[in-house]
Amino acid sequence: MVLVFIDQAEKQIKKSAFEVLSYGAALAKQLGCAAEALVLGNVNDDLAALGKYGVTKVHQVSSEGVQHFDAKVYTHVIAAAAQKTGASVIIFAHSINGKAIAPAVAVKLGAGIVTGASALPKTDAGFTVTKTVFSGKAFASIQIETPIKVVALNQNSFGVFTQEGNATVEAIDVAIPSPSIKITATELVKGEIPLTEANIVVSAGRGLKGPENWGMIETLAKTLGAATACSRPVSDSDWRPHHEHVGQTGLQIAPNLYIAVGISGAIQHLAGVNRSKTIVVINKDPEAPFFKAADYGVIGDAFEIVPALNEAILKSKAGA
Amino acid sequence: MKVLVCISKTPDTTAKIAFTEGNTKFDENGVQWIINPYDEWYSLVRAIELKEQDATTIIHLVTVGAADSEPIIRKALALGGDEAIRVNINSNDSFEVASQIAAIAKEGAYDLIFTGKETIDYNSACIGSMLSALLDMPFVSSANHFELAGNTAKIKREIEGGEETCELNLPAVISCQKGMAEQRIPNMRGIMAARTKPLKIVEPISVTATTTIKNFELPAAKTGVKLVDANNMDELVRLLKEEAKVI
Ligand SMILES: Cc1cc2nc3c(=O)[nH]c(=O)nc-3n(C[C@H](O)[C@H](O)[C@H](O)COP(=O)(O)OP(=O)(O)OC[C@H]3O[C@@H](n4cnc5c(N)ncnc54)[C@H](O)[C@@H]3O)c2cc1C
Repeated sequence: MVLVFIDQAEKQIKKSAFEVLSYGAALAKQLGCAAEALVLGNVNDDLAALGKYGVTKVHQVSSEGVQHFDAKVYTHVIAAAAQKTGASVIIFAHSINGKAIAPAVAVKLGAGIVTGASALPKTDAGFTVTKTVFSGKAFASIQIETPIKVVALNQNSFGVFTQEGNATVEAIDVAIPSPSIKITATELVKGEIPLTEANIVVSAGRGLKGPENWGMIETLAKTLGAATACSRPVSDSDWRPHHEHVGQTGLQIAPNLYIAVGISGAIQHLAGVNRSKTIVVINKDPEAPFFKAADYGVIGDAFEIVPALNEAILKSKAGA
Repeated sequence: MKVLVCISKTPDTTAKIAFTEGNTKFDENGVQWIINPYDEWYSLVRAIELKEQDATTIIHLVTVGAADSEPIIRKALALGGDEAIRVNINSNDSFEVASQIAAIAKEGAYDLIFTGKETIDYNSACIGSMLSALLDMPFVSSANHFELAGNTAKIKREIEGGEETCELNLPAVISCQKGMAEQRIPNMRGIMAARTKPLKIVEPISVTATTTIKNFELPAAKTGVKLVDANNMDELVRLLKEEAKVI
């Protein structure tokens, strides 16, 4: 059986969960077994409806001790649930929480693990998973040698697939260890789309000259329903908050559309965004290296192009 | 307090990524090696800052790698740290590497173990999480802030769309990222001192690897950029809608 871990926060299932459910269901089909899901904590979502992503059963632990993320507690509970349900493959999202617990769960289960998977495992001979390495500059095929396997899927690399069907929801009883941390505050950036979950990202660099010029970037992002990002020197100079920094040493993202404005496209920047499906580069320098990594390019002054692009999108939306 | 800082050797961020031996090995020809930036800039520097606040703090560095890792561990010692341990084995299996570090950690009875958020070569983000399981310690990942008051650590970590603050009692494993500390450059005094700091070589414990790398592959090259006239944003919108289908 393939068991998919469903992450939630603030009683809401995370967006990344729908993709790992689809991935787990596709893998189960390939292996000729069932796909089931595991949720820790109470959520407002209808768990039976997760059947539409291809899982037949949703196991839920709703004890007080698992309402909030605690890596050590979650690791214990997930490993125990995996053993109890007889799971042979456990799937996580390679998200912030997934990274914290999937490797520890693998250790507890004596399982081999591949994190950052970018496609379905090849299971005709053995169990080989392709993952991104060198910050998206290459792929490695890794064979898992153990009977139990753990795979953590790169976000936005497989897609979400739905079908007809409902899942049965079952409470699962496992021992809950005492908390290992005490969460004292949670701050969410209000009204903004989390960068790692955004389908569209509008990003800007040093070419914008100063923080006072970000208005047009925010406007374009709003028009597109996009999140905003920036290059490292921009956040290092405090023009933008640090959580917007993408690249080798910042966040690695893979949106459907990445629009880079006034960013030269240094290799360290590309390392954080090269998994984006479509890249648009706006730069006044025709020699900017970013054009080599782009799908669409506009050569010219960002201060004229960005407002014009915004107008064109608004016009197209009004017409549609 | 005793801190163990995990140090990994990675290719320079601008290194050419190529493979040899039928695409089964990373081509190390001409590659410059650096300390994994997350290990250097964030976990090591934060550990050094903790020692600056409390001089009784002892910092040990550990790296798992063959003799060619020594320049990297010396460079790390030039930044700070009291002594280093090198476990003499090259491995690409996270579990094998984590098991070596766990053996060192058990023997040294450390209060705090710092790792980088991930390495920039294999991007697996596994070692910290695995160590927490092997040592049965609390784990906070992607930490961007760490303060210590007695035995209690106050930690901030990144979460989707925000930040979470938590407290825990040591011992613990923490994986570090941007925000923890500011990058430092080793000075001459540090470089001189590093030459005489103890570097202990330890033979590996026997562990069965759980994974094997079969081969590598480079992504298909982009087919080439399609340029759109700066005065024709309607055309760009059309392409994004009809061709790329992303808006
Ligand atoms: C170890 C290491 C790690 C690093 N990690 C990261 C990382 O994670 N993320 C990251 O981003 N960088 C990282 N860097 C830095 C990286 O090498 C580059 O220095 C950085 O990405 C450059 O940022 P930029 O493109 O905004 O600025 P610049 O390189 O200064 O580029 C500005 C661009 O704006 C264009 N421009 C100027 N004016 C206009 C205008 N009016 N209209 C349109 N275009 C205009 C210019 O032509 C130029 O291409 C790292 C470096 C190292 C050594």
